[in-house]
Amino acid sequence: MEAAAAALGLGPEELSAIRLSLLVASVGTLATLPFAIAIALALARGRFPGKTLLDGLVHLPLVMPPVVTGYLLLLAFGRRGPLGHALEACCGLVFSFRWTGAALAAGIMGFPLMVRAIRLSLEAVDRRLEDAAATLGAGRLGVLFAVTLPLALPGLLAGLVLAFAKALGEFGATITFVSNIPGETRTLPAAIYTLTQTPGGDAAALKLVGVAIALSLAALIASEMLARRIATRIAG
Amino acid sequence: MLDVAITRRFGDFQLDAAFEVPVGVTAVLGRSGAGKSTLVASVAGLTRPDQGRVALGGETLFDAARRIDLPPRKRRIGVVFQDSRLFPHFSVRTNLLFGRRRRKEAVAPAFEEVVDTLGIGALLDRRPRSLSGGERQRVAIGRALLSGPRALLFDEPLAALDAERKAEILPFLETLVREIALPVLYVTHALEEARRLAERLVVLDGGRVIAAGPVEEAVAAAGLASAGDRLLDAATIEAVVVERDEAYGLTGLAIGQHVVWVPGLIGERGDAARLRFLARDVALALDPPQRSSVRNVLPGVIRGVKRGTGPYASITVDIGGAVLRAEVTRRALDELGLAPGKMVYALVKSVAVSRA
Repeated sequence: MEAAAAALGLGPEELSAIRLSLLVASVGTLATLPFAIAIALALARGRFPGKTLLDGLVHLPLVMPPVVTGYLLLLAFGRRGPLGHALEACCGLVFSFRWTGAALAAGIMGFPLMVRAIRLSLEAVDRRLEDAAATLGAGRLGVLFAVTLPLALPGLLAGLVLAFAKALGEFGATITFVSNIPGETRTLPAAIYTLTQTPGGDAAALKLVGVAIALSLAALIASEMLARRIATRIAG
Repeated sequence: MLDVAITRRFGDFQLDAAFEVPVGVTAVLGRSGAGKSTLVASVAGLTRPDQGRVALGGETLFDAARRIDLPPRKRRIGVVFQDSRLFPHFSVRTNLLFGRRRRKEAVAPAFEEVVDTLGIGALLDRRPRSLSGGERQRVAIGRALLSGPRALLFDEPLAALDAERKAEILPFLETLVREIALPVLYVTHALEEARRLAERLVVLDGGRVIAAGPVEEAVAAAGLASAGDRLLDAATIEAVVVERDEAYGLTGLAIGQHVVWVPGLIGERGDAARLRFLARDVALALDPPQRSSVRNVLPGVIRGVKRGTGPYASITVDIGGAVLRAEVTRRALDELGLAPGKMVYALVKSVAVSRA
């Protein structure tokens, strides 16, 4: 990677921003995936009071200014925040001004997109197949893992990639929540922003812009190919 | 022995069925809308009846009064659905083993034996999508058998297949149901299938059991067409005994404001009875007939007209409080100008009315 980076004329700082971005986006989306599946299941299948409210809450990060999301995260997950304090006490998990915080912000911002895609694919799963599985002895979890989720896999994947792409580009909430610390929280967008604010940084910024575009495109193409393979596997 | 006694209501329709399924094949015969699907779903545990009880070999699977409702997976009733419902993301082999892997304790026939009996050995590594309709149903039957069921439920397994595929799969079914010593409930709308596969027959119409017993006895009791393989078009109507003519041996029953005369002395005044009017026994006239032997002349309004592909048309007549069905020729339909909204007189010979 260093050699390729050198060929592209990327310095160690830019390289670290790229690495960090990939790490933050991957961890952020993968860690929120189970929650997204649970909430998508509740929204697609559940009948309970407050469903509309939950639907609205899930979509909030999509419509609120990212700065607001970031500030709320700071209040809740900062070292003195109730959740941040509890998580540090119980699991030694610290978010504020760490890359983990950037991952949390990225995951939260991609969350609505992920839930939406997964929910749609869950709603498209044929319930009659689930009934058939139940008559064959599968319990609720058995039906979920053997039938529902495999059949919803293309949508699951689409949600994952959408959220990943969104996480790669996340800027406002991240910088508000965990600032812009080189090597810790300076992701690709933050690095580009920093370079544009630095005299003579334009050329380097442009290179990173190219990298950002390439990464997003690669993610989309990869998901498209995977989705197609899964679709043919499911259809047989 | 599978014991079923359930009621389930939706809107105007009420399913109210009670019967027993001993070891061997019991067919449930009914037209579409007779309540067959609800019955299947209730026994399998996929829908909850309003009232009643379902028991299998002494174990209660459902009891509304005692609030017992076992989930499908605990009922151990193998279901073969009309649309086969194979899992598209699994191979035939994985489909077949789906139930077996989840019920290791259950006694199920040997895999090879089932595969051989159903002739699906060559399909094991294929995907459901690439199978024909008949092959899919055979795999679905195998899958249900291998799940170690204590009873089998067939929900119109041949209804979606063409005549050729039906002929291909019926021999397999015949062999199979003769070999397995389980209560088998075979739901169908085709009398021919029931005759071929079942020892006992339950005839369901309008949500009720109108006949049950050994196949031919039930066929006769339900007044089914002797030659045709379908249930005759008929209307079942609730009536109340209002008059008894002991001299002539007739009973007058009120339907709305009309009185229908039925042969035989039925119950006492005020008793409820259900009457069955076969559509082919109901004639329509534009004027009330003078000096006719037909005792029952019921004025009404045509609700709907359905032209069949053959020479017949089916007409529904609202006689105030109840709906009769009449089967007439398309020629009569056109010559009399019968259409929805038209006033007509429904003529029913007393001897043609039976109690349901």
